[in-house]
Amino acid sequence: MPQKALIRARAAELRATFEAAGATVAETPLLQPAEVLLDLYGEDIRARAYVTSDSLLGEQMLRPDFTVPVVQMHMQHGAEPARYTYAGEVFRRQDADTSRANEYTQVGYEVFDRDNPAAADAEVFGLIHVALADVDVRASTGDIGLLMAAVQGLETTDRRKEALKRHIWRPRRFRALLDRYSGRMTVPQSRQALLDMDAPLQTGVPFIGLRSPDEISERIEALREDVNAAPISSVQVELLDALLDVRETLPFALERLRDIAVDMPAITHAVFSLRERIDAMDAKGIDVGAIEFEGSYGRTNMEYYDGFVFEFHAEGRADLPAVATGGRYDALTRVLGGGNEIPAVGAVIRPEVLLALEGQA
Amino acid sequence: MTIKLGVPSKGRLMEKTFDWFGARGVSLTRTGSEREYAGAVDGIDGVELVLLSAGEIPRELKAGRIHLGVTGTDLIQEKLGLWEQQVEPLAELGFGRADLIIAVPQCWVDVDLLEDLDAAAAAFRKAHGFRLRIATKYHRLVRDYLRENGVADYQLVDSQGATEGTVKNMTAEAIADITSTGETLRANHLKILSDGPILRSQATLFRSRNAQMNQTEKATLQELLEALDLDR
Repeated sequence: MPQKALIRARAAELRATFEAAGATVAETPLLQPAEVLLDLYGEDIRARAYVTSDSLLGEQMLRPDFTVPVVQMHMQHGAEPARYTYAGEVFRRQDADTSRANEYTQVGYEVFDRDNPAAADAEVFGLIHVALADVDVRASTGDIGLLMAAVQGLETTDRRKEALKRHIWRPRRFRALLDRYSGRMTVPQSRQALLDMDAPLQTGVPFIGLRSPDEISERIEALREDVNAAPISSVQVELLDALLDVRETLPFALERLRDIAVDMPAITHAVFSLRERIDAMDAKGIDVGAIEFEGSYGRTNMEYYDGFVFEFHAEGRADLPAVATGGRYDALTRVLGGGNEIPAVGAVIRPEVLLALEGQA
Repeated sequence: MTIKLGVPSKGRLMEKTFDWFGARGVSLTRTGSEREYAGAVDGIDGVELVLLSAGEIPRELKAGRIHLGVTGTDLIQEKLGLWEQQVEPLAELGFGRADLIIAVPQCWVDVDLLEDLDAAAAAFRKAHGFRLRIATKYHRLVRDYLRENGVADYQLVDSQGATEGTVKNMTAEAIADITSTGETLRANHLKILSDGPILRSQATLFRSRNAQMNQTEKATLQELLEALDLDR
């Protein structure tokens, strides 16, 4: 990887182009309160971020990304619409792979704008596209919003939909739930035995801990509702699988999704949004025919992306991480907004990866 | 110029380790006063006994400051990243057996599997406004296991002792701890999830992959491994 001074200079150039596009420079502290990030990402973030602490402030995290602090800053006192750019280091713990960087630079561009989500998506994607114009990269895209809409449209109980949406970013658990709800996997013996009991709470063992008997009863009721609910039909499971399996360039993916929407009308609106996005990208002169779309793309990334997601990676350089990643995170602004929310989309470039590619060219 | 063998400095683990080596013609003994951590090795020349806390043996093996060490699989896997690249297990010693398990209150009749724990955690967070607490000292092993199995909405709270009491004391909702018979768990009205243990652990002899050796030391190690019937 190139030297620090080179990386810093390249980062400054990139940030200047984002400023020229209308963004205000944002600065965020290196130390972030751990609680906010833990509540957002769960305990898993500890495996990916460095945690430190002192006896007064408690746990702090070395900034694992800029998005969360930038969103917090905007939600507290940002004017609308707003565009921000930043450049600086982020830190990622690497316990399993010493070849991956635990400290690297990100240059970002974030848009908070209620007006026209498709145009904002195309604006962010377009800026990154231009910044990477001189290197041999390929873009992959996806749309978590389509998947959310598909789950919401399933003919089943609200509890099941909630459980599936909660695990969209954990594909294995999502699949296990879907198998259970569609009757492909039988009810576990211990659960069946519990549901067969007349008074499951009268077992004679003492009630200990904070989780109350009422909470236990509620869960048993939920389990009872679930075993009595009709299975999700195999037709619907197949449609969901078809959606996850889409892997085409953008125009063909749109065709394919339109076909799926005929039988799965719940995704119609999300497919319209995709078309508007493609049109907006096309209007910016981006060759949409060269951009790939994957139905399942973005599911193993950080959880905050809930709409358009994309990544640029170098052709034939599997040894390098993605040179740029981005996406839409409307829900994150809701979680951090304390009652407020605003549609938001952003992306980051990793200048050291870009430099490695430029050196190669 | 010696081969350093790290052995737990106290209690049954030390005695059983001494027995295991003794049965193979390598006699380990403590020397000096009862309180002094010094030891001797008879039956082979050029091997030095280093008495250490079992919890520190993984770190010493990784640093290459000891060539061989006896400690639990659980401690090696918890404390060392990419542990297979740092140490090589040579022999399972057949004692110090314990399972790392997740236990919940017996009164949670609705929770038997990890998927139940996950669902209970989601509902708990909604009802109480914070993530369900699991008390443990095995942070890395537990976190990796729960991530692989798609459990969310929990938090790990550190507990370095009396972990089984945390639920009754309302400082945790569930625990992840080492158990051999499960008696303490039952006495504290806890039950083990049925998915099976996170890890089955026992006392194991490890070789450091990072310790430097000269020709003499290499020969000594070879001789020791032959004596222990571990040469390959």
